[in-house]
Amino acid sequence: MSENRNEYVKQVANEQYKYGFTTDIHTEIIEKGLNEDVVRLISQKKGEPDWLLDFRLNAFRHWTSMVQPKWGHLILPEIDYQAISYYADPTSKSKSDDGKPKEIDPELIKTFDKLGIPLEERMALSGTAVDAVMDSVSVKTTHTKALEEKGIIFCSISEAVKKYPELVRQYLGSVVPYRDNYFAALNSAVFSDGSFVYIPKNTRCPMELSTYFRINARNIGQFERTLIVCDDNSYVSYLEGCTAPMRDENQLHAAIVEIVVMENAEVKYSTVQNWYPGDAEGKGGVLNLVTKRGHLRGNNSKLSWTQVETGSAITWKYPSCVLSGDNSQAEFYSVAVTNNYQQADTGTKMIHIGKNTKSTIISKGISAGRSQNSYRGLVKIGAKAEGARNYSSCDSLLLGSHCGAHTFPYIDCHNNSAIVEHEATTSKISEDQLFYCNQRGIPTEEAVGLIVNGYAKDVINKLPMEFAVEAQKLLSVSLEGTVG
Amino acid sequence: MLEIKNLHAKVDGKEILKGVNLTIRDGEIHALMGTNGAGKSTLSNVIVGNPKYEVTEGTITFNGKDLLAMSPEERSHEGVFMSFQMPVEIPGVSMTNFMRAAVNARREALGQEPLKATDFLKLIRDTQKLVDIDKKLVSRSVNEGFSGGEKKRNEIFQMAMLQPTFCILDETDSGLDVDALRVVAEGFNRLRTEQTSALVITHYQRLLDYIRPDFIHVLLDGKIVKTAGAELAKEIEERGFDWIKE
Repeated sequence: MSENRNEYVKQVANEQYKYGFTTDIHTEIIEKGLNEDVVRLISQKKGEPDWLLDFRLNAFRHWTSMVQPKWGHLILPEIDYQAISYYADPTSKSKSDDGKPKEIDPELIKTFDKLGIPLEERMALSGTAVDAVMDSVSVKTTHTKALEEKGIIFCSISEAVKKYPELVRQYLGSVVPYRDNYFAALNSAVFSDGSFVYIPKNTRCPMELSTYFRINARNIGQFERTLIVCDDNSYVSYLEGCTAPMRDENQLHAAIVEIVVMENAEVKYSTVQNWYPGDAEGKGGVLNLVTKRGHLRGNNSKLSWTQVETGSAITWKYPSCVLSGDNSQAEFYSVAVTNNYQQADTGTKMIHIGKNTKSTIISKGISAGRSQNSYRGLVKIGAKAEGARNYSSCDSLLLGSHCGAHTFPYIDCHNNSAIVEHEATTSKISEDQLFYCNQRGIPTEEAVGLIVNGYAKDVINKLPMEFAVEAQKLLSVSLEGTVG
Repeated sequence: MLEIKNLHAKVDGKEILKGVNLTIRDGEIHALMGTNGAGKSTLSNVIVGNPKYEVTEGTITFNGKDLLAMSPEERSHEGVFMSFQMPVEIPGVSMTNFMRAAVNARREALGQEPLKATDFLKLIRDTQKLVDIDKKLVSRSVNEGFSGGEKKRNEIFQMAMLQPTFCILDETDSGLDVDALRVVAEGFNRLRTEQTSALVITHYQRLLDYIRPDFIHVLLDGKIVKTAGAELAKEIEERGFDWIKE
């Protein structure tokens, strides 16, 4: 029995990351290293206007004056920024004059097919428009025509810089300034691709918008930059997915996502993060160092972040909300799973500025193996935020006895009329629960999946349908072999 | 047929069962009585393969197969079911999802296709009626916030869903009032077929008024010390166990 089980666990450990393949494709990669010339080269390759080059250079100069933050509950390896290449273009062979690929390389189409993201328009997922990004470049965006008819802009940020420079210039860096933090400054200097979304006034986006990020090339950094603007009385639901090949060395993904929500508008942002987590001994894996923030600028605006984090060797990520508009509402729903030697330090910031603003935080951490999983959250109530309310609930579930769960909640309240609530629990899957499932015929692996999904249900239910199904499977797979 | 021979078992390093012999043929109901700590729950947990209990000697075969060589879930697939004395709560997992996982795991083990969602929901509805369980219980999380009576009724509901051939009722009567006891016992009787056999563990005569046993065994200090017909329960109710020890 126990030998069979070990065999099974080994098999699962080898199998469980099913997106670990690499694509063999001609990729133009610039020389490793980072200096002002590299920043200029990236800008030049993307044919950017001077104001954007200046933005990048200012960010770069600021970054050189900073040091990597150490406050996370993480053992972050020393990153050699000169050993990384900052631009890799897998579409370089098939470029036409405007820089967009004329015909997509069949290898790229195959790759995204394998990931479940068909790019050909007639095959494309109905009901979801997808922007597919590999390494530093957007390969293709589907359904753009149908969206354009409604005045909705959905394209890569590089394309947006060319086609809608005024819009990009108005909002880029307005939510996350390049001075915000170390990785934000780095990203602002060298960002490559990501998506740009603009929903005009009085428009309900008729389909889900989605960006799929893929890292392929070796020793490159991916610097995603996404900007979403939802104008008055409008609505959009946006999804983000990500995977990477299995490699022995760490891969760097340092992203910025900015969201602007105007009056009466609503944005839902969902992430299923499945970057390669490294192997069972903790070798390799993506370093996921991300700044995500939304600005609820208008009155009665709404923003919700939902994230299911199962991948990455290290996750450093705090999707946050600045609630400026009166009566604005923000939500953060998170499930973070860590296994083996993964480390996650994730949570949110809710900054209440407007009157009667309301925020909700539901965080579920699940730790297994020798991993460390931390929730870190700030609830700040400004002096003018009359009637502000926050409810936070942070639960941790431990599988096994070698992992760690930590909670770091910060509350900073400057208004006496505010109501701030915080609840936290820590629990373990009990042997009695597993045996109860076993007695009913449910094998242990499946029982763990069932129990974990039950635990994470409140968050999973917030995801769009198809994503929820994916997320459920992912939760089970990420934890296979953890109890026995 | 369940055959237990010279069974010895330990829990937390302490020997509890000290050579149990018991044969239960198809269709038979056996009751197991005895003082607290005599080993009644240990015996039932060993039969279903609870990993907390360690078998040190002896054999258990079920329909000719070596039960001790099987994992708990394999024993379940073979048709062994236990109604738990204290069913655990599993927050967030609906009874529907839980039962679907259980029913389909068993079907898979038997080489059958998983049940289609519509067929499964019909099975749940029909079974609900059969054991007279509140519809709402089925949509709630497994045992979460259930009263003692609801938990026991839920065990019988699960039994009905899985249609086992050998059932252990481990102190199913504890914590039940007389009305609830009757409902649970009647539910069990309705589910029984000619082949169903059972081991009913109880301290009291009253459960055996509803579920008539063919044999009653008295377990004392890890061994079966007396076996008799249904009339023994009454005697135990009146005289206790001390006279048997002597």
